[in-house]
Amino acid sequence: MSEKQMHPIIKWIDYRLPVFSFMEHELHEYPTPKNLNYWWNFGSLAGIVLVIMLVTGIVLAMHYTAHVDYAFDSVERIMRDVNYGWLIRYIHMNGGSMFFIVVYIHMFRGLYYGSYQAPREILWMIGVFILLAMMATAFMGYVLPWGQMSFWGATVITNLFSAIPIVGDSIVTLLWGGFSVDNPTLNRFFSLHYLMPFVIVGLVVLHLWALHMHKSNNPLGIDAKTDQDSLPFHPYYTIKDLFGLGAFLIFFAYFVFFQPNFFGEPDNYIVANPLQTPPHIVPEWYFLPYYAILRAFTADFFLYAYTPIAWIMSAKLAGVLAMFASILLLLLMPWLDGSKVKSSKFRPVYAMFFWIFFLDCIVLGVVGGKPAEGVWIYIGQATTTYYFVHLLVIIPLVSRLERPKTPPESISAAVTSKAEG
Amino acid sequence: MRNNMKNRMTSTAVALALFGTVFLAGQSAQAAGNTPKPPAQSWSFSGMFGTFDRAAAQRGLQVYREVCAACHSLRLVHFRQLSGLGYKEAQIKALAAEVEVTDGPNDEGEMFDRKGTPADKFPSPFANAKAAAASNNGKAPPDLSLMVKARIGGADYLHGLLNGYEAAPAGFKVPEGGAYNKYFPGHVIAMAAPLSDDAIEYQDGTKATVAQMATDVSTFLAWAAEPELEERKSMGIKVLLFLLIFTGLLFAVKRKIWEDVH
Ligand code: HEC
Ligand code: HEM
Repeated sequence: MSEKQMHPIIKWIDYRLPVFSFMEHELHEYPTPKNLNYWWNFGSLAGIVLVIMLVTGIVLAMHYTAHVDYAFDSVERIMRDVNYGWLIRYIHMNGGSMFFIVVYIHMFRGLYYGSYQAPREILWMIGVFILLAMMATAFMGYVLPWGQMSFWGATVITNLFSAIPIVGDSIVTLLWGGFSVDNPTLNRFFSLHYLMPFVIVGLVVLHLWALHMHKSNNPLGIDAKTDQDSLPFHPYYTIKDLFGLGAFLIFFAYFVFFQPNFFGEPDNYIVANPLQTPPHIVPEWYFLPYYAILRAFTADFFLYAYTPIAWIMSAKLAGVLAMFASILLLLLMPWLDGSKVKSSKFRPVYAMFFWIFFLDCIVLGVVGGKPAEGVWIYIGQATTTYYFVHLLVIIPLVSRLERPKTPPESISAAVTSKAEG
Repeated sequence: MRNNMKNRMTSTAVALALFGTVFLAGQSAQAAGNTPKPPAQSWSFSGMFGTFDRAAAQRGLQVYREVCAACHSLRLVHFRQLSGLGYKEAQIKALAAEVEVTDGPNDEGEMFDRKGTPADKFPSPFANAKAAAASNNGKAPPDLSLMVKARIGGADYLHGLLNGYEAAPAGFKVPEGGAYNKYFPGHVIAMAAPLSDDAIEYQDGTKATVAQMATDVSTFLAWAAEPELEERKSMGIKVLLFLLIFTGLLFAVKRKIWEDVH
């Protein structure tokens, strides 16, 4: 739609507030590399899940009561008495898990294809902050139904902050709004759980803004140079994203309608009871790898006991810091990776380590769900060590030592030669 | 070619390691407790097309009312909801009228007792958790409304638990006020075997064996925990069918649009 084709009213508005040319530019013409594979669907999926979470969350909040005496029952009222309340709640509950599945895939895609490299460093870093904001949101959301896991998960995780020297205890009191997880905690968590998603929306806007500066990376990791290399976003990628959305919704709907409690813990259908600790406190599955890193730091863990870390802090504090570092280190990816070539397609050694790292994260997740005993302690400590060795040693070294293969001249050249041969 | 080999080797290594972890995970889960897994039953309500067996659930309500209700509340369930199990309005009214409900205050400021109505919840046997614990060797009988969702194994666990009373193995000391149960974590449960053959007389003439009553009451409590189950599954089938067709169409359109791209 060029300026001439615009309806006079639209033209009048556009002259004053160029929303229409903005949309035309950023959603229609927007040049996109022609060789994107399906791993590039997950960004738009994450955006849609965010909208689904906002809509279902706002409806839930109309029926939810943030009070320790009523929270659990108000959620059950939503399940039993509110029209389609069970549907809204199961979408929101499973939507949390879907959000993390989609975002984790989105991030591993970025790691594999070197999407964090110049000039997309800030784009990547905003993504890491989105992950952090999502984690805070999901953690506080899980407290709201006020079941046993809500309560004890909140107790265990907020208590971690007490490991911080000097100010730790004050921080915990501030989080709790008192001297234990109680009604004030539930109220502030509800308030923040409502607020944080809008912070995420703001971060997403920045994320997209940065994306549109230099456009998408692609499986070859080379820049689009000529018109031959790109396609207008609409209709090519609108339809591809829609198809991906359909496939994703089938997956999502299966859980909502047929396995709605698959990702949940049975204990959360028991009302919170501060006097009765559940035998096995586990966080939601998407936190398990970090939980494993946290618990790996015992007094005799060699990474702690035989390093200067032991002179300056407790094992508990080291675990807390390691847990946060495991995510914050991702911010440095653009600089840890010194390779001139982005895509792992041309970096077989790096690609191998990528897969080992991927596996390491899965094993960390498994360990996080096990009681900290027996062989699991050692597996947890080994995989924790490897996590940091990968980021701090393997990536810097391999990316500087490996001689990558030469990527093709251009995207269109690569696409044509594949089509012919 | 060589690259392909390497890729394949990496994926094999990844697959092997994954398999190893999952295997280990399974092993330690078994080693973790000596509580056996309750045997899986074929429930009318499991599977994508599952619905509650109305007759079993209605018998289960009778078991609940005549046995379990002496100790366990069902505080999230209203009488009116029983229409979901096929009860007619008059039947529900009659069932509700059998209980006494404390209401008020009236215009004089007094609390008063009246007959239950369909809008009432199932009454609780004890005034509060302390009273419940005091009458049961110090352990309050938990509310049963969500029991099926609140235990690993769900209805299978409930069924196993009710059938799981047996003599303690030699050398196992069962403390005073406890009973030995095969499927209860730790084996010592503060609930004496609640069911015995012919403890009740079924209205529909079915023989009231322990196994029969266990199945029936588990079906009823599965309904109490998820009264939306039938609506959810039938809607789910429609949603999945729609999405499958719609996604298929989108795929066709996508192929068409991308046809000319190379
Ligand atoms: C005499 C009182 C009494 C009766 C009757 C009774 N229960 Fe219980 N029940 C208890 C007590 C007490 C506990 C707590 C046991 C414990 O925690 O050790 C309990 C616990 C349970 C539990 C929870 C077990 C767990 O995993 O924590 C279930 C399920 C249960 N009862 C089901 C039933 C059903 C179904 C019936 C009816 C067929 C029934 N009970 C009848 C007293 C009773
Ligand atoms: C970033 C997006 C969001 C994430 C990741 C998220 C995550 C979660 C999670 C994991 C739960 C616990 C589910 C359960 O066990 O029941 C939850 C509950 C809840 N959320 Fe959210 N949420 C998001 C957005 C929102 C928004 C925008 C609102 C409202 C404005 C909201 C309102 C609620 C309410 C009221 C509950 C409690 C009811 C319930 O437990 O089902 N959420 N959320």
